[in-house]
Amino acid sequence: MRLEPIAAPGFARRVLPPLVALGATTLAGAALARFAGADAFAALGLIAKGALGTKFALMETLNRATPLIFAGLSVAVAFRARLWNIGAEAQLYAGALVTVLLGTGILPLPSPLLIPVLALAAILAGAVLLIVPAMLKLRLGVDEVVTTLLVNFIMLLIVSMLLEGPLKDPMGMGWPKSAPLVHEARLPRILPGLRLHWGFGLAVIAAFAVWIIDRRTVAGFEMRAVGAGEAAARFAGIRVPRVVLRTAALSGGLAALAGFSEVAGLKGNLTLDLSPGYGYTGIVVAMLAALNPFGVVLAALFVAAVFVGADSMSRAAGVPTYIADMLLAFALLAMVLALTMTRYRLRRA
Amino acid sequence: MSRASTVALRLSNITKRFGPVLANDRVSLEVAQGEVLALLGENGAGKTTLMNIVFGHYTADEGRIEVFGAPLPFGQPRSALARGLGMVHQHFTLAENMTVLDNLLLGTRPLFALRSGRAAGRKRVLSLAEEYGLRIDPDMPVAALSVGERQRVEILKALYREARILILDEPTAVLTPQEAEGLFATLRRAVKRGLSIIFISHKLNEVMAIADRVVVLRQGRVAGALAISQTNPAELAAMMVGNDVPVPVVQKTREGDVALRLRDVETSGQRPDLRGLSLELVAGRITGLAGVSGNGQAALAALIAGLAVPCSGRIEIAGREIRDWSPAAAIAQGIARIPEDRHHAGTIGDFTLTENAVLERIREPRFSRSGWIDWHAARAHARTLIAGYDIRCPGPDARIRLLSGGNMQKLILGRVLEEAPAVILANQPVRGLDIGALRFVQEKLLAARRRGAAILLISEDLEEIMALSDVIHVISKGRLSPGFARGTMRSTDLGLWMAGRGFDDAA
Repeated sequence: MRLEPIAAPGFARRVLPPLVALGATTLAGAALARFAGADAFAALGLIAKGALGTKFALMETLNRATPLIFAGLSVAVAFRARLWNIGAEAQLYAGALVTVLLGTGILPLPSPLLIPVLALAAILAGAVLLIVPAMLKLRLGVDEVVTTLLVNFIMLLIVSMLLEGPLKDPMGMGWPKSAPLVHEARLPRILPGLRLHWGFGLAVIAAFAVWIIDRRTVAGFEMRAVGAGEAAARFAGIRVPRVVLRTAALSGGLAALAGFSEVAGLKGNLTLDLSPGYGYTGIVVAMLAALNPFGVVLAALFVAAVFVGADSMSRAAGVPTYIADMLLAFALLAMVLALTMTRYRLRRA
Repeated sequence: MSRASTVALRLSNITKRFGPVLANDRVSLEVAQGEVLALLGENGAGKTTLMNIVFGHYTADEGRIEVFGAPLPFGQPRSALARGLGMVHQHFTLAENMTVLDNLLLGTRPLFALRSGRAAGRKRVLSLAEEYGLRIDPDMPVAALSVGERQRVEILKALYREARILILDEPTAVLTPQEAEGLFATLRRAVKRGLSIIFISHKLNEVMAIADRVVVLRQGRVAGALAISQTNPAELAAMMVGNDVPVPVVQKTREGDVALRLRDVETSGQRPDLRGLSLELVAGRITGLAGVSGNGQAALAALIAGLAVPCSGRIEIAGREIRDWSPAAAIAQGIARIPEDRHHAGTIGDFTLTENAVLERIREPRFSRSGWIDWHAARAHARTLIAGYDIRCPGPDARIRLLSGGNMQKLILGRVLEEAPAVILANQPVRGLDIGALRFVQEKLLAARRRGAAILLISEDLEEIMALSDVIHVISKGRLSPGFARGTMRSTDLGLWMAGRGFDDAA
């Protein structure tokens, strides 16, 4: 048996496999819950209710989706240009670190000035963190998969060192956490009384921005060209190294915004558990979305809902929360397979 | 000749589809023992597909293969080997870092054995080489061999495995005319010893020279099967293409100034590098570059396309020396570049026709302003090209991957020729195209010549070079011969230059 590419997949070809994947994931979730000793369909209901059923649950899901959208966009932008950025986690922490460094009282600015300044500073930090590996790749041919992955650990250790040392909150009762942001640095809530903050709005705007860059600008055209056919792009006079660096700046900046919005929108300070691996989950999100920016928003919402819902279900039904991780892994496998099936058909050799 | 009546290989009604493309359509043929059968056809006629089916690389959808009367299962190269089929591919399948002897023994011995049998193997190799006139040193590493020598190793490999039926896929494509003569001598010895040979080619004079019978394929079907003694090249050519062979009409033009000049350029890091090469491309003239592939054509093309910079020497365009050299600079200087590899260098498969049409010029004000793309203008440009260059496609938003090679080439051609270029680099512009697209591309190049473009035509097809070029240079090991005016050289003369004779002063 082998795969044969399909020249022009029809509508059904493109839509059915992902739907089947979604259905299969649901069934797998039911089976997992059953295996853990709960009533399968009740468990599925509990997941849905826990993720979307109440206003509080919905806001929780949207908040959880926010860093995933940023990280997913970051990965999608980079992967589209064949820059394999595995370092979104480090870039996220770089953004969070800069937000805390500048947002805890050094800059006496009013909110409308301070927040954009913090966001830009975070973007800059994330950009630098990816530009360095990108330059190593361009100049010396160092594999960026390795460098960006290792930077994750280095960054986490630096943050840990700072939180135990100079950045440690003197009022923190000895916990390794930073001082809280000043009030002017906090992102406001979108609606009064709801826990949803403007980080989510910013994430959706970022998705639009990425889509517009992709489709309407020369810069986005060149990034796509380098990713889809580097030799042809170079032949056509596109300066490939410059495009790679530009892509690195955009990708690193987007991931850093995840850290910025988590600190300024949600947590208010920096701790070592700021991110439960959002940077890595961003890869899952981007792959689920087939690297499409709007797909990233949907995939991030889906992943967040699974996490929040499975959390709540595990408490209600008394099954392990690991079900969420397994569900997500299954969803990814099913979706990657489904996306392959939209472009290839199986043939007996 | 009683043994000539024994059928060595019989194909019956072989049909193979690739998606919607019918590569082989009910092809039947026979090869007798001790004869050379030529399989003649244009690029894309289905010759290589058919032989890959015989050899088990592809599985036919329908049909039957018999070797010496017994059916051969589909899709099993191992049983094809075991039954005495040997194939010499266009692209050699040798391990470069091993010696000739190791390559020959590879895969013929059990993995675990007390005695390696190397000495016995060497003895057999030497006697086979002697018997078939294949001069070769078994202890040379393959990497050090010339293309012609590698081909001999491939043939020796098939003989070593006791091939009774030898399939050669375009064996002369990489050889000089003189090396080809040597190959023919070997093949004649082989048939005398009772081997059968299938000789795949699209070159008529070779087929006439070596074959006993010929089967002509056209668009996947058998267009004719004849004895060589009862046919002639004109008849075969007509059979191959289905109508008259196009001979492009080349009218006289007024030549102008030197549009592009290379002075003593040398390159580094290419294989082989250019060595002190000087070349003038003159307005209104087609300069042909002949040569055996892999002799510096790629380096020269990369240089003119802007992909490589000379490490010494100068590039002058319209009399002015150019210092900053890059693909973008070449485009800005009015050089139209038709790359050898239209799939990788010429187009981006997943991009639409529109996107590919503006790929080189997206930054120009007509397609973008301050970084924002004007897709209306881009699409309109693509429509102009589609209409003006007869590109058969679903529309400007179709991905270019869906197009045939000919239509892809037409888009590349239109993309560069619409800009009325002063210089045209045409690297293998018609390779793999069907006759209609081939004629179209050649006519467009001739029209550009009339308009006054300076054209460099690089091709491995000597007949094409001789038909189109006003001046012919031969390239060999990175050095360039003097220019020969149209009609002053016969192909055999050029062949000597292609083999490296006449370059002694630079040795």
